[in-house]
Amino acid sequence: MSLDYENDDALHKKLIEEVLSHYPDKAAKRRKKHLSVAKNKRKTAEEGQVFSECDVKSNIKSIPGVMTIRGCAYAGSKGVVWGPIKDMVHISHGPVGCGQYSWSQRRNYYVGTTGIDAFVTMQFTSDFQEKDIVFGGDKKLEKIIDEIEELFPLNNGVTVQSECPIGLIGDDIEAVSRKKAEEYNTTIVPVRCEGFRGVSQSLGHHIANDAIRDWVFDTTEVAYEAGRYDVNVIGDYNIGGDAWASRILLEEIGLHVVGNWSGDATLAEIERAPKAKLNLIHCYRSMNYICRHMEEKYGVPWMEYNFFGPSQIEASLRQIAKHFGPEIEERAERVIAKYSGLTDAVIDKYWPRLRGKRVMLYVGGLRPRHVITAYEDLGMEIVGTGYEFAHNDDYQRTGHYVKEGTLIYDDVTGYELEKFIEVIRPDLVGSGIKEKYSVQKMGIPFRQMHSWDYSGPYHGYDGFAIFARDMDLAVNNPVWGLYDAPWKKKAMTPAAVAAE
Amino acid sequence: MPQSAEKILDHAPLFREPEYRQMLAEKKLNFECPHPDQIVTDQSEYTKTWEYREKNLAREALVINPAKACQPLGAVFAAAGFERTMSFVHGSQGCVAYYRSHLSRHFKEPSSAVSSSMTEDAAVFGGLKNMIDGLANTYALYDPKMIAVSTTCMAEVIGDDLHGFIENAKGEGSVPADFDVPFAHTPAFVGSHVDGYDGMVKGILENFWKGKERKEVAGSINIIPGFDGFCVGNNRELKRLLDLMGVSYAFVQDASDQFDTPSDGMYRMYDGGTKIEDVKAALNAEATLSLQHYNTRKTLEFCQELGQATASFHYPLGLKATDEFLMKVSEISGKEIPGAIGLERGRLVDAIADSQAWLHGKKYAIYGDPDFVYGVTRFVMETGGEPIHCLATNGTSAWEAEMKELLASSPFGKDAQVWSGKDLWAMRSLLFTEPVDLLIGNSYGKYLERDTSTPLIRLTFPIFDRHHHHRFPLMGYQGGLRVLTTILDKIFDKLDGETMKVGVTDYSYDLTR
Repeated sequence: MSLDYENDDALHKKLIEEVLSHYPDKAAKRRKKHLSVAKNKRKTAEEGQVFSECDVKSNIKSIPGVMTIRGCAYAGSKGVVWGPIKDMVHISHGPVGCGQYSWSQRRNYYVGTTGIDAFVTMQFTSDFQEKDIVFGGDKKLEKIIDEIEELFPLNNGVTVQSECPIGLIGDDIEAVSRKKAEEYNTTIVPVRCEGFRGVSQSLGHHIANDAIRDWVFDTTEVAYEAGRYDVNVIGDYNIGGDAWASRILLEEIGLHVVGNWSGDATLAEIERAPKAKLNLIHCYRSMNYICRHMEEKYGVPWMEYNFFGPSQIEASLRQIAKHFGPEIEERAERVIAKYSGLTDAVIDKYWPRLRGKRVMLYVGGLRPRHVITAYEDLGMEIVGTGYEFAHNDDYQRTGHYVKEGTLIYDDVTGYELEKFIEVIRPDLVGSGIKEKYSVQKMGIPFRQMHSWDYSGPYHGYDGFAIFARDMDLAVNNPVWGLYDAPWKKKAMTPAAVAAE
Repeated sequence: MPQSAEKILDHAPLFREPEYRQMLAEKKLNFECPHPDQIVTDQSEYTKTWEYREKNLAREALVINPAKACQPLGAVFAAAGFERTMSFVHGSQGCVAYYRSHLSRHFKEPSSAVSSSMTEDAAVFGGLKNMIDGLANTYALYDPKMIAVSTTCMAEVIGDDLHGFIENAKGEGSVPADFDVPFAHTPAFVGSHVDGYDGMVKGILENFWKGKERKEVAGSINIIPGFDGFCVGNNRELKRLLDLMGVSYAFVQDASDQFDTPSDGMYRMYDGGTKIEDVKAALNAEATLSLQHYNTRKTLEFCQELGQATASFHYPLGLKATDEFLMKVSEISGKEIPGAIGLERGRLVDAIADSQAWLHGKKYAIYGDPDFVYGVTRFVMETGGEPIHCLATNGTSAWEAEMKELLASSPFGKDAQVWSGKDLWAMRSLLFTEPVDLLIGNSYGKYLERDTSTPLIRLTFPIFDRHHHHRFPLMGYQGGLRVLTTILDKIFDKLDGETMKVGVTDYSYDLTR
């Protein structure tokens, strides 16, 4: 299904000019490269599809003092890639804060006995003190690993997630990891994801991927005879159960998901991955690196897919099935048919309540593009979208999703996002916790699109029903009509003001 | 097929449907390489033993589930309590994303702060350029009246000098020369968020007070609340009491409006907070009172140096602590405590008396910041409760000594143990080996509630999984009533839960309790 609409190109261009005019010249010049309006429709020869172009600069340093929404490399490694692996203990190595603020916040669902054979929702920290900074923390790290082995003997490995000071004080966490791994005959992974590295979470993903390559693949021999339908799901963190709502579909079409990276995963699922026949990658941004490595070294091909909303699920199932041939293709068709009743009923129920509603997005890895069609499946329109930490290849891919005139903002600042929202006044904003309450104060419905606002799953057919219901309950809640005190005269201009 | 458009199942029931249960069971069996169930059960049981507790409490390096955060969080919270003040945290940018998220998740409010976004090159060359550009951008975009600078551990490790950098930035024209840019070095590897609070408030006072002549205004009082997730309810309640008394006072640091802005169509990036003019005038107060001693040790020292009288409290909560606070205010201000407040006191005593049978002898574990634990422990003993475990991860030996003195002052404190520097994984062992009736803490306590079946009462920051508690006061006699009711509700809900089994336990399912 492709929804037909156009966005207000001229207004969006004017808006960009307007926000840039408030910056000091130097900052304005730099920010200008990150803001654009999707343009230049072109057709590809073979399929006649219409693509847009999102011509923005990305993956470069944030400007100081502007209130970037980005996080850091530690967030990308511990928070995203490693943290969800459930049978390993992940040490936040350094001062107490990083581990504290990221403790249990990403909703990576898992099944296990926490503190016994699973450790995801726990905060293990070396709680650095001044003496550790002055004298180094390697001795402490050794002791920490001893204490973990004593108190949590059923752990299947340990990762050391470096916080800023580690790289600055010259600790040798690699040597400690090697020594202790040998002593306990276990997997210990040092990760150099200090927060000052790179420009955002993104380098943390990359470093975490490299650590899997160097400290898991290269050190472990796995005896496993793969079947012809063995696949890995890569880049599904099982937020609110996303990976489970995806897995059920892949199994239904006849595939075996031998590893899910990394939501609800055990280390065994990571170790075994190179044996699989295909890597299915959902969050391209955070885990394409390891897929490319597995392709090069082990010959495992990879394929991107999208399990948000029925249009994309259907297309993805067919594309995945095609890789495996007629038997799986036939089963995929049966699965699509099986769920068509559910999706039709969901769309029939919510389309009349949501059609024509305009949505602005600002999220992380894949969602600024991946969820677009799910909204369109419900008749909703995307007026603006952007990424915290995308690279150029993400914006290229975004062109396949957005309509001409869509406002595109990379590493948006608090100031810009407020101004954009205030003038465009969309019917729904999908972004993060830091954005949620300021948007709602303006009287605009909001859903957190990192954590699914404590709901989910949103992946798969089962997840789409929840997604549709959640968007409806946000947009059509009566509270938005209660903002104006009846004794106050209605303001003629939008009352929302950012920082003036 | 479990899902339907008519009845859309959320994650909790969805994954309990047979299709998913089977799928997850097979995933475990075929792909996870799990430990055998018996081994998991055995280890699970072992963690409940005294033997495990001893090993757990003997930890010297590993910290698990601590009940504390790092200094800059306290600094950002502190800065939010001043008029149109933007927090500027010098160092890595990810930290600022964390502070903002953390505060927003608790208050359900926006939380603004900027970073100087230092990266690898700044680690090598220092962050001066980031400071110069950053202050200019913040000043231009967010129109603050003051920019409060603190630091992440990155900037501290490389030794950036805030004072010099800010002077440099002013020299470069980032902000006007007379623009207020107070600062505090807030290393995350020293102390905790309560020290960051202390440092930032002191930095702001130094900015406005240093080198100024002090003309004491007799009877006027400054109040510094400390890091308080209930500032919204508490500060407003205390102001109401002080207004009733007719005291001349100023809150120095007051985030109650900043973290409780209305929804009326306008986003207020800044709201309320101590006015800059009031901060300046506060130099002349006769006395500065701190509501949380361990949040203001350096600040109060500074106030004393300038000639102010000072006094500090430990999160004054409950009856006697409120009495003492009001009497101190009365003593300094020369204002009587009016009859209306006396009535409020009487009503709290009345409520405690009405419910005493349900509270007497109840055993408690209490954790949180040092002052909070002290305050709650004291109130619990006033109601006939028996504190058993009092734990503060950021507690000091001085705190431990004060706690022991408090506990020794009441027969209800005789069985209590004080745990400074311990974390919530230690608390888990304590609750298994020496169980209590009620656990008082924050949202992180829910894991202890799950593992040990100890009912959790959320009374301190952060509270992520319940809404709006912080909008109601815990302090003052009215606040005491709120705390009392919260504890009682938990007791009654538990009792009802245990006695509602039809035909089995419901003989005790009493209508009147």
